[in-house]
Amino acid sequence: MLTKRIIACLDVHAGRVVKGVQFVDLIDAGDPATQAARHAREGADEIVLLDITATHEGRKTLLDTVRRTARELFVPFCVGGGIRTARDAEQVFEAGADKVSINSAALADPALIGAIGASFGVQAVVVAIDARRDRAAADPVRDAQVFVNGGRKLTGRRVVEWAREAEQRGAGEILLTSMDADGTRAGFDCELTAAVSEAVSIPVIASGGAGTVAHFADVFARGKADAALAASIFHFGVSSARSLKQELAQVGIPVRLPC
Amino acid sequence: MRVTVIDYKAGNLTSVVKTLRHLGAETVVTDGDLALVESAERIVLPGVGHFAATERLDQTGLSGAIRTAIARGVPFLGICVGMQWLYAGSTEAPQQPGLGEFPEMCTRFPEGQEKVPHVGWNSLEVRPGSRLLANIEPGEFVYFTHSYKGPVTADTAAVTQYIEPFAAAVERLNVMGVQFHPEKSGETGVKVLQNFLGFKLC
Repeated sequence: MLTKRIIACLDVHAGRVVKGVQFVDLIDAGDPATQAARHAREGADEIVLLDITATHEGRKTLLDTVRRTARELFVPFCVGGGIRTARDAEQVFEAGADKVSINSAALADPALIGAIGASFGVQAVVVAIDARRDRAAADPVRDAQVFVNGGRKLTGRRVVEWAREAEQRGAGEILLTSMDADGTRAGFDCELTAAVSEAVSIPVIASGGAGTVAHFADVFARGKADAALAASIFHFGVSSARSLKQELAQVGIPVRLPC
Repeated sequence: MRVTVIDYKAGNLTSVVKTLRHLGAETVVTDGDLALVESAERIVLPGVGHFAATERLDQTGLSGAIRTAIARGVPFLGICVGMQWLYAGSTEAPQQPGLGEFPEMCTRFPEGQEKVPHVGWNSLEVRPGSRLLANIEPGEFVYFTHSYKGPVTADTAAVTQYIEPFAAAVERLNVMGVQFHPEKSGETGVKVLQNFLGFKLC
């Protein structure tokens, strides 16, 4: 039976895993390669590494980090942050990533989705979407507004129509972050996730709001997510993917166990 | 322990090569050295993406070289599209023939309630007698990402269920294929590649 994926997310700044609120007060949470290996060992089904600074001068550091992280990692490995061109993506793949996540660059140039897929396969292209419900819209959920630049800039796109266009242009997966839920630890936005998941045939990874095991069960059942991203709850040994999955199995969510 | 990895510009070889090296194999990557392929000790044909990409194997003459090596008994492992290429072809690119080691066609998952592509970790039911999957326990999970698949036949080495049962692995003597990505399937995948590296010219 196809299982629901638990994906460990590492935010990386200048070659280190960091934790912070709204990109401020960053706390050093360790070495990316070590952390990724630990998450994989502790049952994560996949690793996402997000370069949260993604400055030009940081690219070389990132590629080195990707190379070191990929070396001993035998689960799918996705890298995002600052990938603007097909050449950027190629370098990240050559460093050992299996997938790239693109967000602002895909909105600025939607043809980039197909360009990366043409060389590396559609499964390698994850389109990340940051969305916030639009209470003024006829359908606040399906017409949630899509933002870029870490949520600072409105794009004018609506979440469902953009997800559909991304799929049609060759995205392999959608990584959907609810800006309303992000950072709250009060649960995923299940309505938003379900609206996108039902609108596309490619997998949807839910992100933003994870705080408890019940939140994950909810986003898989009610939110129809194919995978869920967990960042903060895995850091500092608060919980492991294995213990999370064991609890999910008990409430009937299919997960990869033992792992 | 030398493995010749075929590069036909279909996706990323980094992960496969890395995992084989991790297991102590010496890897040689080629996109057209026919003599090297014909005299290979072991061959791995990775591949993600569209079946049409396998056209390059015919254009470069690699298809013939692989056929020669297989006839010599060289252990061969196709991964994902590399497995599908072992069949007569795929409805994804009907004009492009496969190697034809297995006479069936690969087909797309039927549309319906479930999503296509099939992406994620799914379990294997290994058939008795598979050497490639010798020490894989029932229900062990591996990572898939594909929309097309081979049918379940007498040559199927492992069955996976998604919408319908399909061939997760195929195996006949020295000719083997896996629909999943062993290089991305944790310890289970590493065991499969280790088993493959244990095959000798037969």
